[in-house]
Amino acid sequence: MAKKAITCTVNGKKREYFIDVRESLLDMLRGNAGLDSVKHGCDVGECGACTVLINGLPFNSCIYLAIWADGKEIMTLEGLSDVKGTISDIQQAFIDEGAVQCGFCTPGFIMSSIPIINKENPSTREEIRRQISGNLCRCTGYEKIVDAIEKTQKKRIAEKKETV
Amino acid sequence: MYDFNTLYEPNTVEEALALKKVHPEALLLAGGSDILIKLREGKLAGCDIISIYMLDELRGVSIQDNGELIIRPLTSFTGITMDPLIKQHVPVLGDAVDQIGGPQIRNIGTIGGNICNGVTSADSATTLKAYDAILELSSADGVRNLPYAEFNLGPGKVDLKPEEILTAIRIPKESWDQTCGHYIKYAKRKAMDIATLGCSVNVKLTKDKKHIERLRIAFGVAAPTPIRALTAEKAANGHAVDAHLLDIITANVEADVRPRTSWRASKEFRLHLVKELARRATVASIEKAGGTIHG
Repeated sequence: MAKKAITCTVNGKKREYFIDVRESLLDMLRGNAGLDSVKHGCDVGECGACTVLINGLPFNSCIYLAIWADGKEIMTLEGLSDVKGTISDIQQAFIDEGAVQCGFCTPGFIMSSIPIINKENPSTREEIRRQISGNLCRCTGYEKIVDAIEKTQKKRIAEKKETV
Repeated sequence: MYDFNTLYEPNTVEEALALKKVHPEALLLAGGSDILIKLREGKLAGCDIISIYMLDELRGVSIQDNGELIIRPLTSFTGITMDPLIKQHVPVLGDAVDQIGGPQIRNIGTIGGNICNGVTSADSATTLKAYDAILELSSADGVRNLPYAEFNLGPGKVDLKPEEILTAIRIPKESWDQTCGHYIKYAKRKAMDIATLGCSVNVKLTKDKKHIERLRIAFGVAAPTPIRALTAEKAANGHAVDAHLLDIITANVEADVRPRTSWRASKEFRLHLVKELARRATVASIEKAGGTIHG
């Protein structure tokens, strides 16, 4: 089968991967890049467990050809920690609020929440729910997840105001 | 790993058209949110694929000097909703595609893929039908412009020849100018669901805003393909903006629909939705156009 070399930025670092053209981005990120936060869930774009950011927007990596990642910026949960491995505020908020039970959906939810927590103005809980509507959680009932996102967004908006 | 055979990656539309001429049986892959899923289900095992997703020349919205809107087919649903020209001239289209799937699906799904699949539930289809969109279908041998009204041949069947690619969706100025529309998607859930019934209405009022100059109604899932309710439109055109207008629409709107019973809803419930959604979308369109319904 046809193989192809692609170059993309993964979690801030430029990488080259030699891939089978039939691979999904999910296959590439787990198999070639060893990024296991990208969860292999439904495989058909329904559960959101494999959500990653591509050029800043959330995508289901299970229904995305790996070859399309050529030249793009990919961000996975691993990219949220700093160089020492300290986790980010949104990850800490998920822990503090009890937004994690079995944890399988968590990386996908956190990646979907990145565009929300970086917004200039506070979102309503309804808006937050809409932004995470492509992610399924079977344990938490979503309330704690919305709490964690809302709390982090408020914190980031307050921090921005302080620095201005 | 997806179970396809050969993958072709054209770098230009010209190359894509040349490939389609040599390999007419190969499937065109736009965003993949239908085809890649069918591949997972094993329905398309062993097929050949021409991936056009990377062709940026088929992406974006522009406006011609004569006011015609040109929507390139690979524009994502998010791209449609966020586009300044769509927001300004056909905001109802942005609202309609913002109700598809969830955020991830709206980032990958394309408007061209949505209509070329030819399913009756396509959320972009009803509004494009209601705006008399024109489809630019290109092949290596030339271009033909087909009214979208003639494109759907049956469930999942469209008038796209094996060697053709949809290269633009056009909305003439006459069609959007001073026209306000509203789309209602009735579904079991607010996200990640397809419509039980969809209704897109748009209206152009007379200068004094007292009469209907032109009213257009389109439905999804009310027939095997997305359709227009021409009988009700004809009855409404020229009518005064009043409560009687709404009665006329609900009385005539059933004439052109052929809903069926499915696991989502019964035929009877869909007929009820046809009337109720047409009425509500008409009221909302008239209000957006600055009209008031008296009596």
